[in-house]
Amino acid sequence: MRLLNASGCLDALVAPDVARQLDGFVTKTITPLPREGNAPPRIAETAHGMLNAIGLANPGRARFLDEHLPRLRELGVPLWISVGGFCAADYAETCAALDAVEAIELNLSCPNVDEAADSAAEIVAACRAATALPLYAKLSAAHPDVTEVARAVAHAGADGLSLVNTLRGTALDRTLRPALARVAGGLSGPPLKPIALAAVYACYASTQLPIVGMGGVETGRDALELIACGARDVALGTVLFADPDAPARVRDELARAAEEARVAGPDDAFGVAHVSEKAPQIRQKVVA
Amino acid sequence: MPRRERRSVVANEPVGPYSLLRLERGGLDAGAPGQFFMLEAPGRLLPRALSLCLAPPGELAFLVDPVGPATEALCALDPGERIAVFGPLGNGFRLDVERPLLVGGGIGIAPLPYLAEALRFPPAVLGFRSERHAEAAALLPGAEVVVDPTLVTDCNLVGFDVLACGPEPMLHAVAELCPGAQLAWEAPMACGYGACYGCAVEIDGELKRLCVEGPVLAAA
Repeated sequence: MRLLNASGCLDALVAPDVARQLDGFVTKTITPLPREGNAPPRIAETAHGMLNAIGLANPGRARFLDEHLPRLRELGVPLWISVGGFCAADYAETCAALDAVEAIELNLSCPNVDEAADSAAEIVAACRAATALPLYAKLSAAHPDVTEVARAVAHAGADGLSLVNTLRGTALDRTLRPALARVAGGLSGPPLKPIALAAVYACYASTQLPIVGMGGVETGRDALELIACGARDVALGTVLFADPDAPARVRDELARAAEEARVAGPDDAFGVAHVSEKAPQIRQKVVA
Repeated sequence: MPRRERRSVVANEPVGPYSLLRLERGGLDAGAPGQFFMLEAPGRLLPRALSLCLAPPGELAFLVDPVGPATEALCALDPGERIAVFGPLGNGFRLDVERPLLVGGGIGIAPLPYLAEALRFPPAVLGFRSERHAEAAALLPGAEVVVDPTLVTDCNLVGFDVLACGPEPMLHAVAELCPGAQLAWEAPMACGYGACYGCAVEIDGELKRLCVEGPVLAAA
């Protein structure tokens, strides 16, 4: 199990000590052109969660490659590059420009920008043709059947899945006006956990692709549950905002949580939530 | 990277409608005036950004305005209760000024008592919306107090090195009168250390993170 950050939830150049607690640093999503992001206000707290409408603020591909990536490499932490765009070619061109990184995560599910014109599978296929690096497809659980998208991106050449992105939501302020300038934003934090567990469970069962599980992880037990549902790796998102020491803490808690769940270690919990399905069913006595 | 520690509440003292939340300092650095800390708000997901109001020996004190569930929870903390405290964060006021004048509005006076100490108690002008809010002026002995001010231009700011914190319209008015004034701004903030990109504000025509570039900025 590798412990990562969720894309957009950490700036390793501003907080290198936090990034170094992780087994891999996932960048903020990089788009071909620089983006300032959405107008403020762009975050709001909700009951037990938060909304963000940052809008993929990033320096753009050229500046990222020239200025940011060399500095990120100096951290000595394996790098996952989150790639975004508005058509398949946007994604593929960035993939083609990358080398010597741990993996590429294709952000196919940002709730804060207009959706790409091409389908997830078309984008993955274009990126597959552009790079031999491991490609993870980051999907949203907002789709009526996330396993359908998961199978389609697997067929198009994805090496893994990142599950799940935030879900679109709105909060109102005291005067009943939207708290976010963009009205809707991505909901993250503990409310996402059951949704993430369901998506990881279903996609593991239907694709067998390696999965980075994320969504509402606050404790080692939360991470262990994602692993049990079929996540090979786990990413921390919103918890990093409240607790920059969360990676080290979650790692400590994971070992204890495994012990309490009576598995030898976190990796031994992998997929165990599925085992009961394989156990023989008790047959009902058929009365003739 | 600043430290994050769980610290005990020493006292929570009412100051007009506000509370002065006094915490044990422990191993935390008080930082420079205008810097801020992220304080865990019991029962809430996200901590709240508060600038340091006073740094008595062994303590960190924050002036809290109970305006929502998180700040209400902070104001309701009892002595002995513990919360996570992370900081100091951001960039504070520059102290290399010749004729300092502190300008504060409402809860915006929060960083000024600590700043006044560092600058050996320069003149200060404070505005409040009511007599009750103006009780907080006791934190800044000798300050000139105006209740229900409408025009910042009533004060004579010219010729001073102005250091200000308060509501946005006040800061814009100060900026217009005193180019070069140091202004402490506020924005919704999830993390306080550059991770969330939530506190973006327009600086020199670009959106930048207030927690990294500010919260104290020079008036353009």
